[in-house]
Amino acid sequence: MSKILAFAEQRDGGIRRVAHEVVSAGAALAEQTGGEVHALVLGGQSVADAAGELGGFGAAVVHVGAAEALAEYAPDAYASAVAAFIRASDYDTVLFPADSLGKDLAPRVAARLDVPLAADATGLDASGGELRITRPTYAGKVIATVSIDATPKLVSLRPNVFVPQQRQAAGEVKTFEPEAGQARVRLRERKAAQGGAMDVAEAPVVVSGGRGLQGPDNWEMLEQLRDAFGSRAALGASRAVVDAGWRPHAEQVGQTGKTVAPQLYIAVGISGAIQHLAGMRTAGTIVAINKDADAPIFKVADYGIVGDAFEVVPRLAQEVKSAREG
Amino acid sequence: MKIYVCIKRVPDTAARIRIDGTSIDPSGVKYVVSPYDEFAVEAALRAKEAKGDGEVVVLTVGDAAAAEQLRAALAMGADRAVLLEGEVGMDGLATARALAAELKEAQPDLVLFGMKAVDGDQQQVGPMVAELMELPCVTVAAEIELEGDAVVAHREVEGGVEVMEATLPAIVTMTKGEHEPRYASLKGIMAAKKKPLEQKAAQTGESRLRVHELSYPPERQEGRIVGEGADAVPELVRLLREEAKVL
Repeated sequence: MSKILAFAEQRDGGIRRVAHEVVSAGAALAEQTGGEVHALVLGGQSVADAAGELGGFGAAVVHVGAAEALAEYAPDAYASAVAAFIRASDYDTVLFPADSLGKDLAPRVAARLDVPLAADATGLDASGGELRITRPTYAGKVIATVSIDATPKLVSLRPNVFVPQQRQAAGEVKTFEPEAGQARVRLRERKAAQGGAMDVAEAPVVVSGGRGLQGPDNWEMLEQLRDAFGSRAALGASRAVVDAGWRPHAEQVGQTGKTVAPQLYIAVGISGAIQHLAGMRTAGTIVAINKDADAPIFKVADYGIVGDAFEVVPRLAQEVKSAREG
Repeated sequence: MKIYVCIKRVPDTAARIRIDGTSIDPSGVKYVVSPYDEFAVEAALRAKEAKGDGEVVVLTVGDAAAAEQLRAALAMGADRAVLLEGEVGMDGLATARALAAELKEAQPDLVLFGMKAVDGDQQQVGPMVAELMELPCVTVAAEIELEGDAVVAHREVEGGVEVMEATLPAIVTMTKGEHEPRYASLKGIMAAKKKPLEQKAAQTGESRLRVHELSYPPERQEGRIVGEGADAVPELVRLLREEAKVL
């Protein structure tokens, strides 16, 4: 019987959607192997209140380590607590989210436990007995199928790929005393960014702009389209407009930016260079708006509109808004 | 001030990748310094310039051909290079071990990495080296400054910037910031040929991440052009709602 641990991320005391994804992926794996999945939640003193909901995604037990030092992500404190918890237990597989927290945390835990990490996976399959992990490489130009010759097997999962699924399990909350690590780095200051807090790599809807928008002042139009989708949408950008200084690098989608897999990706005025396509080709539905009917982006788009973004985008924002309200 | 920068030889991002068994066919592929590693080299050169003295050493694990990328970094202005000859696979921990073994000997004040290599896309070797060496580590920094015996790193996070501080020696992984990597001048390229490039065997150990198969991603089915101009929008919205079910 296999034992799987899913690291379940919280923010401000609430369990994040990405945690539902990771626990659901663990539950699916547990079904395949006849085992069970536990969740691990670290956070501040009140985090146990929310942790029980993970039972609804298949977690038999939810282990909660609460401490003031863990209320917000702190690399050394989290790495110590997670590594110590895993060392004191006998999990075969440990799953992390491959979001910005998980990409920082999972390699540290792997090194502390002296086991490899298969990062940013898009598929898990244990039907042949051994866990096979699929993960994109070369920014999605090639898909690798790998396995890990060590225990526990550490895997981080790409956001938005593993669908949260309701499964009723006990979700029994057990608290433990997290091991306090020595903080090697200090947080001096946190500055809020302009625009929304949703990261382009995690957002279920991405509205992305390219050089076809002609200048940074025209992004207001894209912001309106983003807002039409509510709080689950984020802005993205092509490399060309980031290089031109129109948009911040944090928004860049593609091989030297972020790889995204949203449910809906809307490319506006983006021609679709190979580096860009590599970063978004696993999106669920792709919409392209471009005035050049021969633009390569139309080769990967499910739906295309050939036309002037300045006419199409405001109309689309309006129609999406009324469709969602209606 | 001794600054090490760990870099990797990778296929150019515009390259078409052809699969050959469980690796890729290198023929006809142009290789470059991984773009994020160039940001790290630039940050190291700037830190040295701001300090007014010091040494920038570029380090890689790879086969003999990786000397080409070390020379490229030397041409940008790094002072010397070390090539740890060995196989680099998908097991980032094996690579991290080889780097950590060398860095423990070298005792640098600061070690910079690119936040990820654009071939494996695992984003893990920098923080793994830090853990193996028990050093402080900040990942995904856009800018760094040296202040006394500390490094201050500005980190890109969801919804903002975190300013982190760590006492040296420390490790930072770099992303794109304000400063474009400098181009190598002709003089720099000539000078790079004479700079020291030391080659030795890498202590990578065994890879425990096994690659069974490489495949191409499924082709997306070519979609359809819904129409032209703003008049096509209502039909697009209908398709998004009823067919794609994403509204």
